[in-house]
Amino acid sequence: MTDLDQVITRVHRAEWARVVATLARRFGDLDIAEEMTAEAFATAVERWPADGVPPNPGAWLTTTAHRKAVDRLRREAKREEKHRKALMLSDDTPEPLGAIDDDRLRLVFTCCHPALAVEARVALTLRMVGGLTVPEIARAFLVQEAAMGQRITRAKTKIKAARIPYRVPAREDLPARVTGVLAVLYLIFNEGYLASGPGTPAVRGDLTAEAIRLTRLVRALMPADGEVAGLLALMLLTEARRTARVSASGELVTLGEQDRGAWDRELIAEGHALVRARLASGQAPGRYQILAAVNAVHTDARDVRDTDWSQVVALYDQLVRLDPSPIVRLNRAIAVAEIDGPQVALAQVDGLPLDGYHAFHATRADLLRRLGRSEQARAAYDRAIELAGNTAETAYLTRRRDQLPYR
Amino acid sequence: MAQYLVSVLFETPGTATEDEMAAIDAFNDRLIAEGHWVFAGGLSGPDTATVVDGRGEGEAVFTDGPYLESKEFIAGFWVLEAPDLDVALRLAAGGSKACNRRVELRPFLG
Repeated sequence: MTDLDQVITRVHRAEWARVVATLARRFGDLDIAEEMTAEAFATAVERWPADGVPPNPGAWLTTTAHRKAVDRLRREAKREEKHRKALMLSDDTPEPLGAIDDDRLRLVFTCCHPALAVEARVALTLRMVGGLTVPEIARAFLVQEAAMGQRITRAKTKIKAARIPYRVPAREDLPARVTGVLAVLYLIFNEGYLASGPGTPAVRGDLTAEAIRLTRLVRALMPADGEVAGLLALMLLTEARRTARVSASGELVTLGEQDRGAWDRELIAEGHALVRARLASGQAPGRYQILAAVNAVHTDARDVRDTDWSQVVALYDQLVRLDPSPIVRLNRAIAVAEIDGPQVALAQVDGLPLDGYHAFHATRADLLRRLGRSEQARAAYDRAIELAGNTAETAYLTRRRDQLPYR
Repeated sequence: MAQYLVSVLFETPGTATEDEMAAIDAFNDRLIAEGHWVFAGGLSGPDTATVVDGRGEGEAVFTDGPYLESKEFIAGFWVLEAPDLDVALRLAAGGSKACNRRVELRPFLG
């Protein structure tokens, strides 16, 4: 990569969302915003090698994209004078003083609108905010390029026809809508961290990195939101263990068996600082903050034997009160096993309505193995292997099963 | 301002109860007071429908019965006016609560 390529890549990361968001507000049309921004970047790639990088690349790109949009609208207006283009993404609500004033935040909320299908929210966010190309997004989600293109087009059509507003939601809607945005970001992260599909690498660093980058952006735009900070901390503390999580032979390495020296101390320090800041705020934490705190406990222990399991259980107790779902109970039981033993944990796991969830069977298998109940453990491993979609996890479970003693 | 159609989905036959009617009336009053009201109405059951085909050369053809045989049919509808989907969604949620049934929200062609 030449220096100039690097500059363009960096500018693309830093400025794409800003240019799209500014144009979307000015022209009231996501399609135009997206296409003209892409064209402005193409022009930059053509011109900058000869003309040099402008002193303010963001402003240059916005101006270029703006001019292109005006040209195109003029051409279209001439062609179909009678059909005057109605502006669709209207925002005539006056912003209260001190409200978050950044077009990128409007863009994020529009892309993550609850009236859109979840897959469409993910795709649209990666395209419009993340600046990934349609082929890149299609590859990331193992979808045909044409189908992914259609998904994005369909979402944009709905935004326009149904008048999904281009604005930060009203105060009364804000908490639910922020939760929706965070769910999209976490989905992107998990698709990278727990990549599924037989031909896929076990961990997709490109997707986890993109999710972190987008979450950093949302955090910069909403610095006061505890859950945004919590999600970022959760991602950082998870990402810190990414390389230690898969062995050289492509097998999952469980938390207890990971080489903790291979963990990324810088990410851990950043994650811990975020968790500490949230604790110091004295506000009641939401689910992402609690999950981040759980991960802070794990990454605090230099050795798995130093893990403060009672702290982990206490945090899961807190989470159960917010979200008494069976998956939360399952994770709590895993920590309980470390304090009260596998017998007690198994009693809490058995009966959870999670028969279709691979982690339920993997957990049961592990507890049964520790209790020496090999035959039952084998059946549970079989079921977990059947359901697991991640290649590294399948490899790990298979080895564990095959190491069970026959009697 | 845009107009939206809110169709009331009705999975099982039967008319609205008195409580539901009272809640619908209150909701309608609110729509009128807040300037969102365009039109609303309840519909007779699908067995009262007639399919009409006037496309042919001669007389129009009338066929008894609903066009679609479906367990779900539209029991009534509102036409609302709202500045954007967020407002329309909130209104539709109020309508769904008032009539105690699921609704489908669709924008009119703008």
